[in-house]
Amino acid sequence: MSASVPANAAALSRRGFLQASALAGGGLLLDLSISTSAAAAGQAGAAASGTINAYIRIASDETVTIVCKNPEIGQGIKTAFPQIVAEELDVEWSQVRTEMAVVDPVKYGPQFAGGSFSIPMNYDTLRRAGAAGRQMLMTAAAKTWGVPVTECETTPGVVHHKASGRSLKYGALASKAAAVPPPDLKSVALKDPKDFRIIGKPYGGVDSALIVTGKPIFGIDTSVPGMLYAVFEKCPVHGGKLVSANIDEVKGLPGVRQVLVVNAPDAGAGPYVGMQMGLLDGVAVVADTWWQASKAAGKLKIEWDKGPHANHSSAGYAKQAALLAKQDPVKIVHSDGDPKKAFSEAAHKIEASYFYPFVAHSPLEPQNCTADFKDGKCEIWAPTQNPGAGVALVAKTLGIPPQAVTIHVTRCGGGFGRRLASDFIVQSAVISKMAGAPVKLVWDRRQDLQHDMYRPAGFHNFSAGLDAQGKLVAFRDHLITFGIGDQFNDAATFSNTEFPARFVPNIELAMSSMPFAQPTGPMRAPGSNALAFAFQSFFDEVAFVTGQDPLDFQLAILGEPRSLPTPPGRFGPMPPYDTGRMRGVIEAVREKSGWTKSGLSALARRGQGKTPSGERVGMGFACYYCHLGYFAEVVKASVDELGAIRVRKVWVVADVGSPIVNPSGALNQVQGGVLDGIGQALGLAITIENGQATATNFHEFPLLRLYQAPQVEVHFLPTSFPPTGLGEPALPPVLPALANAVFAATGTRVRHLPLQATELKSA
Amino acid sequence: MAYTIRVNGAARTVDAEGDTPLLWVLRDLLDLKGTKFGCGLALCGCCTIHLDGAPIRACVTPLAAVGSREITTIEAIGDTPTGKKVQDAWLALDVMQCGYCQAGQIMSATALLNQKPHPSDRDIDDAMSGNICRCATYTRIRSAIKQAAGLPTEDTREV
Repeated sequence: MSASVPANAAALSRRGFLQASALAGGGLLLDLSISTSAAAAGQAGAAASGTINAYIRIASDETVTIVCKNPEIGQGIKTAFPQIVAEELDVEWSQVRTEMAVVDPVKYGPQFAGGSFSIPMNYDTLRRAGAAGRQMLMTAAAKTWGVPVTECETTPGVVHHKASGRSLKYGALASKAAAVPPPDLKSVALKDPKDFRIIGKPYGGVDSALIVTGKPIFGIDTSVPGMLYAVFEKCPVHGGKLVSANIDEVKGLPGVRQVLVVNAPDAGAGPYVGMQMGLLDGVAVVADTWWQASKAAGKLKIEWDKGPHANHSSAGYAKQAALLAKQDPVKIVHSDGDPKKAFSEAAHKIEASYFYPFVAHSPLEPQNCTADFKDGKCEIWAPTQNPGAGVALVAKTLGIPPQAVTIHVTRCGGGFGRRLASDFIVQSAVISKMAGAPVKLVWDRRQDLQHDMYRPAGFHNFSAGLDAQGKLVAFRDHLITFGIGDQFNDAATFSNTEFPARFVPNIELAMSSMPFAQPTGPMRAPGSNALAFAFQSFFDEVAFVTGQDPLDFQLAILGEPRSLPTPPGRFGPMPPYDTGRMRGVIEAVREKSGWTKSGLSALARRGQGKTPSGERVGMGFACYYCHLGYFAEVVKASVDELGAIRVRKVWVVADVGSPIVNPSGALNQVQGGVLDGIGQALGLAITIENGQATATNFHEFPLLRLYQAPQVEVHFLPTSFPPTGLGEPALPPVLPALANAVFAATGTRVRHLPLQATELKSA
Repeated sequence: MAYTIRVNGAARTVDAEGDTPLLWVLRDLLDLKGTKFGCGLALCGCCTIHLDGAPIRACVTPLAAVGSREITTIEAIGDTPTGKKVQDAWLALDVMQCGYCQAGQIMSATALLNQKPHPSDRDIDDAMSGNICRCATYTRIRSAIKQAAGLPTEDTREV
């Protein structure tokens, strides 16, 4: 079975590429890229360079270069992908060099870092690419020796013919192997996973030695001859139009070469344009050094027509949301049974409202891009998660064919979803064209925080109905978030399979919208990073009010182990949801965290005051399924008299199938994702006043710091399901697990993020 | 105007205004790009370098204020015994995710170990909490500092 991937991935919208990705998430083989490229390997030039296929080059000195097709944003893919290829190619890891792929959708299919899709989409394809290479090397050896290929075998880097005792190293065979017709990828022999030597081993990151010695490998480190530096000042209210600016005054400042007015008549369809956002109005200062450009930009006096959103505020959104909650929703996402009747007959009815704010991605490397527009062509060096979209946007905006746009994908200093957008790329390209010189555009931190595609805020209005035995029989949620009418902002999503949909006989999940001044977009575990907090906090609340252990309560809703087909949704077919896998992680985290004997759950504590030791300490639980991963997490936290929260430990149990390609990278992703979530819960919010974000730097957007980071104990359940990604699914459940721990410690249910000290003070 | 400063053991002359932050002198005039830009306000620690051995934020240190003091950057910290130990520990424990902050982390950690060869968890908290890691590799940063110090790498903080 094979899924077809559009050849021109560059033209794919986010929705389009997620469709393609989700298809692959179902475990379907994406074979177009490798078969095309493998066929091309026999062409002139391939033999000389030892190019076996699009992923593999073998040099005569036995160096094996393995190409990584997807961007590296810190998720470790530039290490994990080559491990998969190297395993099946059968080489020593010490022989392997890795190289970032050029953007070539014909060779590689979609190339992006998002949705934790890299492993599920590519695991099988890359194994087959490696295995095909091994087969071609054996064929080349068999021809050399005049023996049947079936009599050949390999040890790492060497082909052997046992019967005659002959052997040849891969380097000696490479040019001949490159001319061998590629085998049928669907039937090429794969290793038995029990024989894996490289997959499943904890190798360090392939670029780590360059990082610890400060080598220039990030986008911001790019340098090209004749390069100038640019700062681009945009309207702080999204979509505002430039009226006038003191251009001549700034032109005369030290080092300044040009001050350019950028007009963007077609910036997109409005604030909900999200990841598709194009060029915006602004003023570019181009100078000999970035500091000169930045200093001069600080002297800009720009008059903006701020447009219709200039009176927007977070406080105003909260007021609107409260009104909308009383009205009928504009969209029913999912409904089953007769919720109205079920609520009227329920023995217990519990209602609560939850809120989470906008959050900025704020990768530590600010948005930047180097572009060189010359003779109708544009060459670009960009730290991007989504280079294909960048090519398409630059081509469209500059009016040149996509073939005239080349993007070199650099290492990214963090992504978190921000670099799926290409706004910084198109800005750099346009400024280079206007300046007539290669230009490196670097945003400062204020620009990065104020021109983000924020994680959308949301207001949830829950009702739960339980029968006399405490069984959940009716459920309702009305989510108020952002959009225009029934068109919701990018990443303001609510799926028809959001748990407990399909598990409660009478249920309604519904949405309403209000317009937001700024664009929104997917942030690490989009949708889930917010929904998990609201739903899993509310479940904890319902369990406590009805005297039930929160783990038992969710196990009862899940029911017996079984596989529920996930209906094809917006993104095409999806693999089934397996209640047994979720039960497995819940039961395991109960044991690993010592949940039952700790005496620190809300039920054990009755949510009241201090422990015998005099501390306000508690444990909270949450579980969540997203990005094909099953996670259950327990947090132990204490709250001091002033209400300051200290997270003391987190226990994580994960089921992401097997094998875990790189256990070291996997553990790092889970621990980092969990700490990222704790940081969001403790302090992160973007507040809007006068249509713009108020935060200007990290003192107003306090990312987690080392002293706040607790121990994170991680256990992977090695189930036999295919391996899935880890960039995202560890994050969502830790926010509610922490909120639930705070409730267990204090008896105060905090129904909003971030969790604030003021309401947690003790008397 | 021209300033002569000492960088990684050598005298370097640059032509720039005196208020230019050392960060941009290093990155754009001296092509030492290992020192990173993160915030510009000494809030994230990405740009940590040593000035006569003390960790400072290059993004808020004006060129004119440096004088004859010795600047050490990530590019040369591996030439010092402590710096080399820290780099080796970072590699052995596979600390990095995106890696963007890690030059600054390594510079702060090296300064800590030069001052306190056997730091407590509290010492590590105090010395390292000015350096943000957006990927939150803090667990491994803590362990790697202990490893470089020859201490057991387990997290012994009270749970």
